[in-house]
Amino acid sequence: ASRVVVASRNYADFASEATFEIKKCDLHRLEEGPSTTAVMTREEGLHYYKTMQTIRRMELKSDQLYKQKIIRGFCHLYDGQEACCVGLEVAIKPTDHVITAYRVHGFTYARGVPVREILAELTGRKGGCVKGKGGSMHMYTKNFYGGNGIVGAQVPLGAGIALACKYFGKNEVCLTLYGDGAANQGQIFETYNMAALWKLPCVFICENNRYGMGTSVERAAASTDYYKRGDFIPGLRVDGMDVLCVREAAKFAAEYCRAGKGPILMELQTYRYHGHSMSDPGISYRTREEIQEVRSKSDPITLLKDRMVNNNLASIEELKEIDVAVRKEIEEAAQFATTDPEPPLEELGNHIYCNEPPFEVRGPNQWIRYKSVS
Amino acid sequence: MTVRYQIVQRDDSLQSKSMRIQHRVTLTKGTRRRQALKTTGYRIFWGVGGKGFVPVKGGVRPRGREAAPGRVGGEVRCAEVRCGDSPPVPGVWGARRLRAVPPPCPAAGVSQVTVRDALNQALDEELERDERVFLLGEEVAQYDGAYKISRGLWKKYGDKRVIDTPISEMGFTGIAVGAAMAGLRPVCEFMTFNFSMQAIDQVINSAAKTCYMSAGSIAVPIVFRGPNGASAGVAAQHSQCFAAWYGHCPGLKVVSPWSSEDAKGLLKASIRDDNPVVMLENELLYGVPFEMSEQAQSKDFVVPIGKAKIERQGTHVTLVSHSRPVGHCLEAAAVLAKEGVECEVINLRTIRPMDIETVEASVVKTNHLVTVEGGWPQFGVGAEICARIMEGSAFNYLDAPAVRVTGADVPMPYAKILEDNCLPQVKDIIFAVKKALNI
Repeated sequence: ASRVVVASRNYADFASEATFEIKKCDLHRLEEGPSTTAVMTREEGLHYYKTMQTIRRMELKSDQLYKQKIIRGFCHLYDGQEACCVGLEVAIKPTDHVITAYRVHGFTYARGVPVREILAELTGRKGGCVKGKGGSMHMYTKNFYGGNGIVGAQVPLGAGIALACKYFGKNEVCLTLYGDGAANQGQIFETYNMAALWKLPCVFICENNRYGMGTSVERAAASTDYYKRGDFIPGLRVDGMDVLCVREAAKFAAEYCRAGKGPILMELQTYRYHGHSMSDPGISYRTREEIQEVRSKSDPITLLKDRMVNNNLASIEELKEIDVAVRKEIEEAAQFATTDPEPPLEELGNHIYCNEPPFEVRGPNQWIRYKSVS
Repeated sequence: MTVRYQIVQRDDSLQSKSMRIQHRVTLTKGTRRRQALKTTGYRIFWGVGGKGFVPVKGGVRPRGREAAPGRVGGEVRCAEVRCGDSPPVPGVWGARRLRAVPPPCPAAGVSQVTVRDALNQALDEELERDERVFLLGEEVAQYDGAYKISRGLWKKYGDKRVIDTPISEMGFTGIAVGAAMAGLRPVCEFMTFNFSMQAIDQVINSAAKTCYMSAGSIAVPIVFRGPNGASAGVAAQHSQCFAAWYGHCPGLKVVSPWSSEDAKGLLKASIRDDNPVVMLENELLYGVPFEMSEQAQSKDFVVPIGKAKIERQGTHVTLVSHSRPVGHCLEAAAVLAKEGVECEVINLRTIRPMDIETVEASVVKTNHLVTVEGGWPQFGVGAEICARIMEGSAFNYLDAPAVRVTGADVPMPYAKILEDNCLPQVKDIIFAVKKALNI
């Protein structure tokens, strides 16, 4: 039997770009909001798809490794929320700044840290992005300040980074993220006040995934309109499952701040498939049906895929090829993360201070001393 | 004829360094009596007839009516008597004289500088030296600082470099730490360290630990400063000492100055350090003048963090202290010297990293140790010193157990007699030394 070529698609068959209608954002103290149409090129679409798929598979791999007890401690997974970090990252520049809380793996990847370094950090190896010193909640890279474990504490930090942006005058902004649970922290309101007073170029972003650990938003907040909680700060409520909606809103917000108008607040309505962390099955406070519904109707990756295929920006086969490539990348990264050695014991004392001549650090008893090098 | 004497009251908010005392005394001619006022170092201006006050040199007779400089509504401000001025001529004013005695001349270049002025100089010099340095806190700008430490700085540097914050410790401390992470060099003032407790999460979890958690990729070059410990009559919530609290945490540096030289040198070193530094000042020391050498007054004078200073050499006992109690130790040492006990007084200057080597070397020499601090005894600075001495080589040289002199183990009461007895006094230090020496 001879092989017959059944069909083939030439890449010239695809459209170079398409225009999409996106959901209008709810506005607070704003006359107009972001555009309700978004243009996406083929390259952009493929990039968003690949990035989101990588994050999805990376989080699922982390789930696997955690269950195998290769990852320990806390592990807060981001699957379901990929459109948020990808949409934000593509709307800003690499010279802008981002700070978030502990659900950080997606942002770390979006900000440029390779998957193998993220997974190696989760498994506590020396090849991790911070040499195994931080773990799941403390990942950093250039212009990305973590990775913060104390709920809400990152918000004043973000406003401080925005103050530095304004001080240096380089037209940069800082995206300061927090969750629906953190939104009730007092220090966030203190920060709103100072950011508005001093017109800091700070984009406050509330990733509302409907649950603060096991507490739904209705049980935690007297007002669940998180985009209005900034009061005197203008706000937008954005569909966080649509990467284009997030992108357009973030562009709008960043432009607002760069124009020197002061801070702005964005609420991204999103959803996490996993529980709060790996110790939380995530079904005691919500139904499996609810999770399934979101997966089938609003999954960010599926939404993007459907858009691209229906608008002739890519074929299903092409996207499947990307899936295969992503899986391979994740497997290799996981391989690295499980075989890379743990940091040497000498690392224990290092990096207590920056730019400091070496000194000695006390161990568990007076005879055990570690050298501390900056 | 009425002769009015105007001696302007001491007013620290006035710009110039002259000490001004205001006291209106009305006398009738011929009595030549006046109150003996404690006016050492002050020149007295006096005038005739209630109009036209005249500056007079050395306090001799009024010269006639001339417009007095600095005259405000009939009052005349006095200028400081400087050393080298001629002393008042005795016998001119009669039985009791207002003495405007010039102070003795210090060595060349040495001046008397209060801790407040030393801190102010340090801030001024560092703000000028590095554009990334800025100051934020409550009342630091337009009010000139709650304790006037930042006097004149807002006028000189403006809103960008000296920032008044709302009363939001947790918020503005976090903002300061974030600014440090992004490349600025903030000096974050707490009106007192009691209020830093509201922001302590940002100091420890955000500032102290970040260099370690990020494996050195994010530096936090920030200084937290303000008055620490007991003041006078401010009661329990405003009198706590945080040396042990902050000294406990790796990743922080904690300094505690006593003299003006300490204050200026340590503040400059702290600002230049790329790590989070907690500087524990003392409100009661702000107005105290200390001698500062010419070298100490220069723009590049820094006191290294992590090095203690031996304030007084001695042979019989080592007194280790930090902040205000160092002064009490020196007073106790002076009293004990008369009884033949020579105390070596060590001013720690830095709580973390602590210079235990200096203390050890001293204990090896004197064989006796007394620690003195204002904070509570349990888990305090003295407890740490004693533990480290026990662990080190100096233990074998101790002839008696180390003794701690600390604040009383109670929240600070208000009534003066109670408050005075809650803090280590000179007599307590003397008693402790005698106990340690078994005399």
